[in-house]
Amino acid sequence: MKSKQVYLDNASTTPVDPRVLKAMLPYFKERYGNPSSLHALGRESKNAIETARKNIAKHIGAEPEEIIFTSGGTESDNLAMFGIARAYKEKGKHVIVSGIEHKAILDACKKLEKEGFEITYLDVDKKGLVSLEKLSLSLRRDTILVSIMYANNEIGTIQPIKEIAKIIQEFKTVRHCEESATRQSEKTNRLLRLPHNDRFNNNSLFPIFHTDACQAASALPIKAKELGADALTMSSSKIYGPKGIGCLYLNKKYSSTGSLQAKIEPIIFGGGQERGLRSGTENVAGIVGFSEALSISEKKRVSESKRLIKLRDYFLRRIQKEIDGVLVNGDIKQRLPNNINVSIKGVEGESLLLLLDRYGIYCSTGSACSSLDLSPSYVLLSIGLPLELAHCSVRFTLGRYTKKGDIDYTMKVLVESVKKIRGISSIK
Amino acid sequence: MKQQKKSCSPDGAGWIYSETIKDHFFHPRNILLDETGYKADGVGTVGSPECGDVMIAWIKVDKKTERIKECKWRTFGCASAIASASMMSVMATEKGGMDLKTAQTLKPQQIVERLGGLPDRKFHCSVLGHEALREAVEDYLNKNGK
Repeated sequence: MKSKQVYLDNASTTPVDPRVLKAMLPYFKERYGNPSSLHALGRESKNAIETARKNIAKHIGAEPEEIIFTSGGTESDNLAMFGIARAYKEKGKHVIVSGIEHKAILDACKKLEKEGFEITYLDVDKKGLVSLEKLSLSLRRDTILVSIMYANNEIGTIQPIKEIAKIIQEFKTVRHCEESATRQSEKTNRLLRLPHNDRFNNNSLFPIFHTDACQAASALPIKAKELGADALTMSSSKIYGPKGIGCLYLNKKYSSTGSLQAKIEPIIFGGGQERGLRSGTENVAGIVGFSEALSISEKKRVSESKRLIKLRDYFLRRIQKEIDGVLVNGDIKQRLPNNINVSIKGVEGESLLLLLDRYGIYCSTGSACSSLDLSPSYVLLSIGLPLELAHCSVRFTLGRYTKKGDIDYTMKVLVESVKKIRGISSIK
Repeated sequence: MKQQKKSCSPDGAGWIYSETIKDHFFHPRNILLDETGYKADGVGTVGSPECGDVMIAWIKVDKKTERIKECKWRTFGCASAIASASMMSVMATEKGGMDLKTAQTLKPQQIVERLGGLPDRKFHCSVLGHEALREAVEDYLNKNGK
């Protein structure tokens, strides 16, 4: 069979768009100044990151000061979780997340539990969707933070972010009214010279709603305020930008002094860059590349999503038609345009991955054998997939450079590989 | 056909498997695709689909010499499980066949050694091979009243 390279792992990372690389190159050799330096070279770098910040803010529907550059999705998620929880622990120590969040959220939660926070992990249904009712029931007076991902990296399920935001907003309003009432009675108490202990006076700010939009960006609308998110994580390496750069959007209500006594706590300390929220010399080339990548992906978003949905459905139809015993993992409709996640009965995922790899086809699997901790994907188990089928899962994520010919080639190899593995498999 | 030439690297950089493992994974030896009509002297099944590994081993024994004449298998599992099974079947049948005592005491380390090593976290995948062989030998001994 003719050899070819087909990259179907775009949810892991994407190649850098040549235009992005071109925009970045001057910032390695000629415009290498430290943005904190006062001289011309430094000012040039400072200018570059502020221009990028404005551009990114525009695409997220935010103000430039609401963008905090970080080293990527993981750091943005960590900053949101730790930064918000630690800064506002006086307001409450309850946090809500979904059970299928990225590890950057879930592992941060484990650490927060050790710091005395209580975490509610919301179950998802068979399709991977969070129940709005369960969310409503989980909200408490001491809930300070809710983090629910926009779209899942493994099964591509898209959460109803706007509805989630609405529920949280309604809760904030009710809470605000309740607490205003309390303040009114406290006023009365004050008049009666009774003690009061209310340092903060705008309780409707909580809980803060954060969403991880790493997988959603380039496929779905990302205007934070329209979505109703107070904080939003983005990564450059999933949108054809460089690795090692991302940002956290944070509504300025929570990052400027404003009416609040506290702002979010940084997790990295030092030179006070990013208004003290993220120290460390800025990754200038990365920031410039991220900004360019976002411009390109936003320009292409609608047409590219349509193209990917067509191509993905063609691919999935062929898989279902040409291979028996295929189960689609996740929701069919509420799904990222580029995501296919299937379990192929009797075909262990790592074996399949390595056979495909031999023919230059790159994908991923939720099988235990491919993971570092030797347990199969927690996301697949969360949607109720039996262990035996989780081991047989394989994920194909299409991208900007995937063509129909790539899918046809993949199908040819896939059908043969499945046949081969089933032949030597001891379970049928 | 594209063959990637990368060396074995236990930290997961590059291809994590040795050339021998790749060879046995891509070209497994002694597979029994269909057991219908195959007269085995002993059969052993180990593992479970929930754990991600299941292996069946069939053996034929030379009644005079008490050595394994044939060792066939099928495995549901990852590349290292498949390569380990394949290597086990080679070891059981080479040099005139393994004697039953040796087969019963075969250790996973011996299979791993012959495979040119396995990344640490994949070691457990090699455990099925010797277990299936042991089960098959015990099945043979039971059936023959030994």
